[in-house]
Amino acid sequence: MEYIIRGGIVYDPLNGINGEKMDIAVKGGKIVESVSSGAKVIDASGMIVLPGGVDLHSHIAGSKVNAGRIMRPEDHYRDVVVKAGLTRSGVGYSIPSVFTTGYRYAEMGYTTVFEPATTPLKTRHTHDELADIPIIDKGCFPLFGNNWFVMEYLSRGEIDEAAAYVAWTLEATKGYAIKVVNPGGGERWGWGGSIKSIDDPVPHFNITPREIVRGLCQINKMLNLPHPIHVHPNGLGKPGSYETTIETMDCVRDFSDGRPAIHLTHIQFEGYTGTNWLNIGSGGDEIAKYVNGNPHVSVDLGQIVFSDTTTMTADAPFEYQLYLITGNKWTNADVEAEETAGVVPYVYRRSNYVNAVQWAVGLEVALLAKDPWRVFLTTDHPNAGVFTEYPRVISWLMSKKAREKVLSKVPRNARRRTMIAGIDREYTLSEIAILTRAGTAKILGLKNKGHLGEGADGDIAVYSLNPERIDPSTDYRIVRRAFRHAKYVLKDGELVVNDEKVVRVVEGRTYWVKPKVPKDLYESVISDLRSKFDNYYTVKMSNYFISEDYIGRSAPIYTGGD
Amino acid sequence: METHKDVVCTYCGCVCDDLEIQTENQQIIASKYACAIANEKFLVCRKERNLSPLLRVGGDLVEAELDDTIERAAHILAAAKYPLLYGWSNTSCETIKVGLELAELVGGLIDNTSSVCHGPGIEAVQEVGEVSATLGQVKHRADLIIYWGCNPGSGHIRHMSRYTLAQGRFRSGRKDRKVVVVDVRSTPTSKVGDEFVKIEPGGDYELLTALRMAIRDEEFEVDKVAGVPVSKIEELADLMANAQFGALFFGLGLTMSKGKSENVTAAISLVDDLNSRTKFILMPMRGHHNVTGANKVFTWQTGYPFAVDFSHGYPRYNPGETSVVDSLARGEPDAALIVASDPVANFPKPAVANLSKIPIIVIDPSLTATALLADVVIPTAFLGVECAGTIYRMDGVPLYTKKIVEPPPNCLPDTLILQKLLKRVKELKGV
Ligand code: SF4
Repeated sequence: MEYIIRGGIVYDPLNGINGEKMDIAVKGGKIVESVSSGAKVIDASGMIVLPGGVDLHSHIAGSKVNAGRIMRPEDHYRDVVVKAGLTRSGVGYSIPSVFTTGYRYAEMGYTTVFEPATTPLKTRHTHDELADIPIIDKGCFPLFGNNWFVMEYLSRGEIDEAAAYVAWTLEATKGYAIKVVNPGGGERWGWGGSIKSIDDPVPHFNITPREIVRGLCQINKMLNLPHPIHVHPNGLGKPGSYETTIETMDCVRDFSDGRPAIHLTHIQFEGYTGTNWLNIGSGGDEIAKYVNGNPHVSVDLGQIVFSDTTTMTADAPFEYQLYLITGNKWTNADVEAEETAGVVPYVYRRSNYVNAVQWAVGLEVALLAKDPWRVFLTTDHPNAGVFTEYPRVISWLMSKKAREKVLSKVPRNARRRTMIAGIDREYTLSEIAILTRAGTAKILGLKNKGHLGEGADGDIAVYSLNPERIDPSTDYRIVRRAFRHAKYVLKDGELVVNDEKVVRVVEGRTYWVKPKVPKDLYESVISDLRSKFDNYYTVKMSNYFISEDYIGRSAPIYTGGD
Repeated sequence: METHKDVVCTYCGCVCDDLEIQTENQQIIASKYACAIANEKFLVCRKERNLSPLLRVGGDLVEAELDDTIERAAHILAAAKYPLLYGWSNTSCETIKVGLELAELVGGLIDNTSSVCHGPGIEAVQEVGEVSATLGQVKHRADLIIYWGCNPGSGHIRHMSRYTLAQGRFRSGRKDRKVVVVDVRSTPTSKVGDEFVKIEPGGDYELLTALRMAIRDEEFEVDKVAGVPVSKIEELADLMANAQFGALFFGLGLTMSKGKSENVTAAISLVDDLNSRTKFILMPMRGHHNVTGANKVFTWQTGYPFAVDFSHGYPRYNPGETSVVDSLARGEPDAALIVASDPVANFPKPAVANLSKIPIIVIDPSLTATALLADVVIPTAFLGVECAGTIYRMDGVPLYTKKIVEPPPNCLPDTLILQKLLKRVKELKGV
């Protein structure tokens, strides 16, 4: 099928195109220079044309997401999705069922989404769900920050062996990047305690969180993985957490080579000053200052949206604290030799002082950060807000007026302890395109995504937003409406959303990496694994391995190791 | 002779994945590491089975072509106003996915066997959450194991040797653990325990509540609760609070006795409380090998773990109303598709009476009591023996089962049968 998207105003930051009126041609699933006269015409005049959205951090699949769904029928009752011809039924709100997740992302103009935390032992479950999510491309990040093999190899200084182990596990689980959550703290939680700082020793393992993060960062480089280590630091969610966050970023500064070596995720959750819940304040400016001065770091926001949602993370001790604070229901799920996880429902309220500070932190980081290529838009779905609220976050970034409207409703002391009221910056459409697709595709190392140059995947979003007519700074409601419901979306060159409705359901790819490691090192590590696997796990090594034909439309990325 | 290693057992919720099965000429001749139940099933199941598709003609079930059974089944489902699709816990997730699509297509009621076993436990999770862990966490860390209202010694035979009492990283097997059994009568499990707490039938909720009180150091005004002396309760509470890592496993004795979901809610709340003192987890002892998977697939596709009604075009969940036994007792379903389950042998009388009045399609490897009442009977291959598929262990660990021998000619994997059925129903409905 050939398409020509005619007359739209194109934002394609990776190719230096900033609001130019031009045609985009698509053929055979790819963006091409030109198409035949028989190509179908999509009239995009008076609309903006962007590459399909790329989300690098959204909890859409796997055991903890499903634990949230099981625990919260009340969440589903208020958002039901009726079967309609092409599309399956389901439920929505904060933890949408799989089909609904795919449709809603597509309707928003997003075509690629990564599930950012999967414990290797249960990653088959994650793929089971990913396979059921229609339309979008996807992938998942296995967790390594509390892994026994990783901690043991690193504590013995066996970095090559650790790297070979990580390579094997990425292949075995069909994972895409190294995820680290509360390094060492999950192992500690296996006994019910928590880790306080990045230099706290992990009991029984003769290692500290700092050493785990450094080791995994080095391994990431050795394996030449497409995405930097994706880190949720220790101490998340606590007053004063910004210091541990900066220490965590700083502990790998020497790995800097001009591009990011570490990605700190949902930075809002770990950017607080203060010593208790009464004097908690925003460390957004401190974080932004560090990010601005250190090109080895990238971050995503984890922006708060005021709503009723479901928090879920591999940081089980954090969820336990949240359970104690709220008294809400609590799910905990620890995984042998690997990780922990927890789920607790939560309501963010404008009238709540702490929530208002949290809201400010994310926006301050975004608005004070100088390089949009290292700051990305997320709500850590569904932790800080549901992904369908991205357009609201976009409106806050693009409009001081929209922010002031929220600020007028938050407690006065929250205004005092944050800087947000004094920040005038308003994001441009081109910068929004970076935060939501160009920058995320680049940091994920997806060369065919996030841009509209020749050879890129035919993933395109057209929104009814005419920058010649409307001013996002004042017309922020129109911006919100436009980004919530894309007018047209193409996925791999097929029209999947027409006039804001899903009209075609295609199967997305699953990306994963297969790093190359020297053969004899790989074999010696496999034999070490074989001898220990039965002791560490309650499943056999052969059953732990997920074969490629299991994961549907497999899209491996081969990386050359040293 | 061929040896198949790391075979995943498809009988109980333990889902042991270390079996060795020997085959010769497409026959299973021996097994290793399998427990007595599994061994018996692996060696015998293929001998006592239904080999032929059957259709009811006149009053009798007669042998038929597979295609004809699918055709009749499709017509029954397409014509039904409110069909019931029930079973699903003894088959693969791949099959369940097709079943859910079919249920949505025909606007029916789909339910799995947890509706009649651990359903109340799931309702408790929806009330208060669930503090759990994989079985390996227990193997490595637990120094206190409590079996409450369950009897792994005869139901989940390798649960202890593989998971709770096995050699772990921080525990060297049985001698490092204390095992407490709470039950209404002594069982093979209670005999291997260090402590047996004999509780009055129906006393679970009281005892759990008393334990919560004891952990909070509250005083008792009585000498006994649920037949257990207060001194014993205080002793047990101390044992729990002072464990380094405790694990409470519960069975149908807790879920299905008086109080049902309140019992499980009390158990979960007890474990929540214990986490302020130490590390404690709990887990239901799920029976069928993939009942956990059935709950999971139902949930990720519809939002709800069982009892899902599609009659409004979207998933609706209201146990008591949309659960299989209740709906059948009210005589609502006008046709039934039963997959890998035998409700006629297990359901209460009023439900069975109404079930027997409507057209039934059975998809099952065996000629069950339900099959004998059915209009269409389609035999299948045995999952994990004659065909592959994904199942979830009781702790949520997914495993991919293997095909080790060829199924007999007329016995297709049920995934395939359901796909054919779905395709034909779509045609009949013109979608
Ligand atoms: S304990 Fe259960 S899963 Fe394990 S071998 Fe026996 S029947 Fe199979």
